[in-house]
Formats: sequence, C-alpha cells, structure tokens
Amino acid sequence: METAPDLQSISAEAALSPMLPRPFVIKRVRRETEDTFTLELEPTGRDDGFSFTPGQFNMVYVFGVGEIPISISGDPARPTTLIHTTRAVGTVTKAMDKLRRGDTLGIRGPYGSPWPLDKAVGRDVVFVAGGIGLAPLRPALYHVVSNRERFGKVVLLYGTRSPADILFREELETWRARFDLDVYVTVDRAMSGWRGNVGVVTTMIPKAPFDPRNAVAMVCGPEIMMRFTAAEMIKRGVDIRDVSVSLERNMKCGIGLCGHCQFGPVFVCKDGPVFPYAQVRDMLVKWEI
Amino acid sequence: MENLEHILGEHPFFQGLKHEHLHLLVGCASNVRFDAGQYILREGAEANTFYLVRFGKVALEMGTPNKGPMIIETIGEGDLLGWSWLVPPYTWHFDARAMELTRAISIDGKCLRRKIDNDHELGYEFLRRFSDLMVKRFDATRLQLMDVYGNRA
Amino acid sequence: MKTFTLERSDVGALLDALKRRGYTLLGPTVRDSAIVIDEISRVEDLPVNWTDVQSGASYRLKRREDNAFFGFAVGPTSWKRFLYPPIQHLFAMLRAGKSFALPAGTKESTPSRDPKMAFIGVRPCDVHALAIHDRVLLAGPFVDPLYQLRRNGCFVVAVNCTQAGGTCFCASMNTGPRATEGFDLALTELITHKRHYFLVETGSDRGEALLKSVPVSEAGADEMKEARAACEQAQRQMGRSLDTKQLREVLYQNAEHPRWDAIGARCLTCANCTMVCPTCFCATVEDVTDLGGSRADRIRKWDSCFTLDFSYIHGGSVRASAKARYRQWMTHKLASWVDQFGTSGCVGCGRCITWCPVGIDITEEARAIREGQPTEARTHA
Repeated sequence: METAPDLQSISAEAALSPMLPRPFVIKRVRRETEDTFTLELEPTGRDDGFSFTPGQFNMVYVFGVGEIPISISGDPARPTTLIHTTRAVGTVTKAMDKLRRGDTLGIRGPYGSPWPLDKAVGRDVVFVAGGIGLAPLRPALYHVVSNRERFGKVVLLYGTRSPADILFREELETWRARFDLDVYVTVDRAMSGWRGNVGVVTTMIPKAPFDPRNAVAMVCGPEIMMRFTAAEMIKRGVDIRDVSVSLERNMKCGIGLCGHCQFGPVFVCKDGPVFPYAQVRDMLVKWEI
Repeated sequence: MENLEHILGEHPFFQGLKHEHLHLLVGCASNVRFDAGQYILREGAEANTFYLVRFGKVALEMGTPNKGPMIIETIGEGDLLGWSWLVPPYTWHFDARAMELTRAISIDGKCLRRKIDNDHELGYEFLRRFSDLMVKRFDATRLQLMDVYGNRA
Repeated sequence: MKTFTLERSDVGALLDALKRRGYTLLGPTVRDSAIVIDEISRVEDLPVNWTDVQSGASYRLKRREDNAFFGFAVGPTSWKRFLYPPIQHLFAMLRAGKSFALPAGTKESTPSRDPKMAFIGVRPCDVHALAIHDRVLLAGPFVDPLYQLRRNGCFVVAVNCTQAGGTCFCASMNTGPRATEGFDLALTELITHKRHYFLVETGSDRGEALLKSVPVSEAGADEMKEARAACEQAQRQMGRSLDTKQLREVLYQNAEHPRWDAIGARCLTCANCTMVCPTCFCATVEDVTDLGGSRADRIRKWDSCFTLDFSYIHGGSVRASAKARYRQWMTHKLASWVDQFGTSGCVGCGRCITWCPVGIDITEEARAIREGQPTEARTHA
C-alpha cells in the first residue's frame, strides 16, 4: 500500500460542488433531424460562459428526471454559449426534447479528455464521423477551421443512415464549399433521387485526399463503425498511434467515482472519452468488456 | 488506343498486369458516355461488359414496390462497375444508372471471357483482382446491413 | 509506535474514553444470527463468547467459553456502510419559476461537521480496505466530499486476528492477520489460562493521546512475543490462498477463458459479493420528485456491476451475460484495480465466498484460470 492521501477538512458546500448541477437556461432549440436536436444554453445568474476543450462532455440534468453524459457540440472559441446536440432515445433525452426556450437544465462539467488537436498541428487531419458521432467532433472541426493555417489537408468523412439523418446540413454545405476543406458525405440507404453517395463511410477512406504517413484521424460513431474505420485507416498506412476514437459508456457521476463507465482498466469519464485507438483496440474486439 | 492503354495501365486495378495482357484488354476496351439518368445496366439483362468509371457517379439500384428504386451503393470516379459478366449465367443482378454525366471505359466481357478461357494466367490475374474487389464490397455490404446508426432502442 | 497492555476488565474504560471525546462507537454486535457492525455503547454489546463458523455459502454463529470479545472473523457488514452509506442524500433542488435552485440553508442536507465515529474492532483486512477506499474516493482528480467528511472524523481501533475465519486468505494478500499501519490503536486479544488481556499498539498521536485516559501498562517483551505468536497461529490456520503473482496479466490474457462460462452458469448475479465486499464502491443515483414536482432530490445508492442496468447504454446492456458480469467484478477486483489505483482491490477477507449463495470462491476461480491457461500463455505469463 502506498501512502494514503491527506485527509484535510473542507467546507461542505465547496466540497459538494462537483456533484451539484449548475442551472443553464435554454436560449434556442434547433431541430436537426426527426429525433435529433440542438440546445443553446447560457449559465443563469452569471455571464462567465462555459469554456471547454473539443471532445469533452457534460453531465446534463433535467430537473427531477435524471442526469446523463452528453458531448459538447459547440465552438470552443465561443464559450459564451454552451451547445449540446443529442438524440431523443432515453428517459432524460426524451424529457430534454420537450424543453423550450427559457427552460432550465442543470450542467456539471466539462469532463473528460480532448481530441488530440495539438498533435495534429502541421499534419493532415481526417475526421470520420458516423451518425450522431458528428456532434462530439464538431468542436474539433470548428477549431481546425478557425485555425486553418496550422494544419495540412483537412478531410471530413461523414456517414449516416439516410439523407434525412444528416446532421448540421447547412454547416456541412458551407464547409464543403470551401477550397481548403474536403467534405464527403455518404448514407447507408437512400431512395432514387438522392444525388449524394450511398455506401458505408469506410469505403471513402481509401480514396480520401490525405497523406496517411502524416495524418491524424479522429473517429466518432457507433463502436462497430469506429472499429472498421480504424482498421481501414491503418490499412491505408496511418500509424495506429495517430488514430483516436471517442467511447460511450453508462455514467452516473462523470468524475471517476461511481464505477459505471469502466472499460477494462480505464474509466471512460476521466481517462476518456477520447482514447488513442491503440489503447482500447484489444478490448473493443472482446465481447462484453 | 494509345490513350486507353495509358489509362488502363495507370489504374490501380490493373497494376502489375503484364504488358501483353494489358494490350489484350485494350483490344476489348472503348470509351463510353452516359447522360444523367441514363441506365447503364438493367437487372436481368445479359452481362457482357464491365466499366471503369472515369468521371461522374453511378447508382446501383434495386426496384422496390410502392417506393420506387432504392440506391444500394454509389460508384464514382476510379471505381469498377460490374462483375456479372464473369460468372454464369452472365446476367445483371441490379440496375445501374448514371446520376450525372458519366464517362467510362467499357470493356467487352464476352471477348475477355474467351481470352481468359484460353489463357489461364490472364484468368488468374483477373479473378484475383475481382475477388479482392468483391471481398471489399461484400465487407462494406455486411457493415451496411448492421444498420449501425439505427435507433436500436 | 508505543506498545501497551490493557486488561480485559479495562476495555470498557477504552470505550468510555472515546465516548467522552464525542465519538459514536461502532463495533461488532450480534444481530439477526450474525455478527454485524452497528452502534454500540458498552462492552456488553460486543459479541462476548461468540464465534462464527464460515465456509463457502455458509455462516453460522457458535458459542465459545473463553469470554473473548473478538473471537470471530468478519461478518456480512463492512465499515464502508458507515463511511460510504448504502443510501445517501446528495442534494435537493427546488423549482423556481422555469429554473431551479438549491434550497436556502442547503448545508442541512449535507453534514456540516465531521461526524465523529470510532470504529471498534477493525480487522487488518478491513484496515486495508479503508486505505483502498481512501485511494479510490480521495486520491483521484475528484474527491468524494461526503466520504471525506466522514473519514476525517474516524478513529480506528484495529483488532489483529489470532484465529483465521473459515474463508479468509489475507496472508496471501499481505493484508493480515496483523495490522501494521492505518489505525489509531491496534489491539491483539490474548487469552491464556491465567490472564485475559490485550496488547495495544499506537498508530497515531491521537491514539497515543487517548491512552493517557485509559488504564494501560507498558508492554514487556514476553507480552509482545505472545501477541506475535497468536497472529502467526491465525496465519497458519488459514485454509485459503490467492496467488497474486502476475495475476493481473493472467486475467487480462484470459478474458475469453472457458472457465468464465462455467462461473457464469453458477453465478446468480445476486450482487451479494459486491454488497459484502469492503472495497466495492460502485454507486448509482436516483432522482426523485415530490408529488407536486416542485422539489427534486438526488439520492446515491450502492450499485453493483452484477445488475443489467449497471452497463446500460441506449439499446442494451454492455455486459448482458452473467459470465461477463462476474468477469468484470473479478477482473476489476484483482487486475484493473491495480491499473486504476495502484493496489489490488481484494483484501482477502473472504466475505464474497461466505455470502455467495452458490459458494463461488474467488481464490478457486483465480487458480482455475491460471492453471487452465493454454500452455503457451502460461509460460509467457
């Protein structure tokens, strides 16, 4: 046993703060797709905004209903507004879906590890997003777009279920129109009349315009999609150490105390959610870890 | 012809093909063009060609009752289209339609089949390349089947 | 560290000294046909003349006749019940228009001062469990403030083991049968045909100060020797052991070992092992409202990795099978705990073996996985 930590006394109120949600008021609700929506929030009673690093998440509390982890999807350079994009799938997100402008949510955070943007400076950056996975990647995209000169080629490969499920459509169109970004969108299924690509997102990797020997890949989507994407990246010649993924697990506290988000030796909340792929690859291919 | 030989020789799919085999291939190849909306292949029709897409985009489609055709996959610049010419009964399994103005190199599969029958080394080279392509498409299809973005709840 | 002796008849004086200093006494007592830990006020509350007979899935009390205060091993309760209560109120929020806020005078929902608790009779394995919880709940980037408040006020009177329980394996975990640190006072109960007394070792200034108001005498070499011999006897009696050598690697490399299927078929996923384990710390929260919806409370409760809800993310549970849930628990306890907190999560107290309704034995399972490895993996382990 190593030395025990100091047992210093602390005031109860200050001490409880990591467990207390702070009220944020909803300034705007935007419907993204049939089941996905974006909330723009501001802290109530203060104007200190909300600073975070791309890749981080908050514990979001709906009064009396519950609390869940949701990634931050806004621009890190505009901390006045906190932005969350989520899909109404569970009790809490369905309750969130009913909230309107002027309603209040509780926020604890930001928590978790960031996308490795520092490591990407001077190199090609490939973002691969699947479905709602575009939301946790968007802050990193904002950062790269506003600091465009610091990066090499920038590619976004985005796959989702169908044309109706495309998130942030207007922004994707704006980005795609730029000469210094390569944005490719594909869907798993579409009816005739869709003019875009059909096929899984991994099929775009072999032809995407980046130099695999000098690229970093940031991947976010369903676990299966991330596994196949990472494998395709490595096949293309990207060093496994340059591939990052963002994981999702059950979380109750967000601060490494409740034990729920354990994934083998790591806590997804405090060691992740963004991990170097090499650190989690072996566990991702074993069942029920 | 000079031009076609150059294009085919440069294409990753034909990389490493012996000069004489490439020459044979060029003998069966020609430039084609499809307008937006035009069918390239029709389900059930005789499969006697395959295409190397040079510009444009092609949708592989399957007709569904009520809802009209559904796009299974899109094929773009540099991709190969069609392998039913290689396996009996040599009929297309899907429709393929140009989504926009599409230019391609069409290769006469009927002529190639004859040549392959007489030259198994060429046959091996072709089957190796096509099986690689099939495995990739098959893997992608399996992943597509997973419907990973669907709401499982 | 100083060493004293305390006569059996003066144990009451020790308890009184703690009470006078404002401590609530918590210690072993007989209830519900078991020796549990609960509030006590005098020596008569201790399980005098009781012992326990334990084995896999079995626990029975039995009379003894030597007037021993601490003649038993650990029971179903562990000290985490008092430092990390099974149900804890975290906060209340009151609706205020469209917003919500903490009620005025929030401090009442949280302890405003350290509750002073004296733990009487903490076994060496459990002393280690306290140190493990300190690392888990106090040494990370975030601290559990409620645990900290309770832990700050905690006075630990350890009692070394002079007889092994039926399911213990502390010797192989290096956590007993004698406590070496992490206590204010450590007692060893010594019963010979002519004398019944305690050897008392001090582990803190606070412990030493307390003894000034307790009738103790300086211990002699013979008495210290007698105490050491008594602990050695407990070590010799211990019927189980867990080989920890590269156990972490063995478990990581064997996540798909067929033995997990066999355990999964026996395991009832009842969560007993996690409830009795002195180091299991997983918790969930429940949000509840009053009927009018104007007040919402958050309550933290012990949780278990054996429940389906534990790993639920939209669409299903990550660990749906019993096998995966047992593997998670055991691998966490013996392997990933080391990565997370620099120590094993197991202290060898044997509670999980005794209280498992089907008698799954963690030492036996660890051995089966180690020995049943493919030869190649075993030689490289």
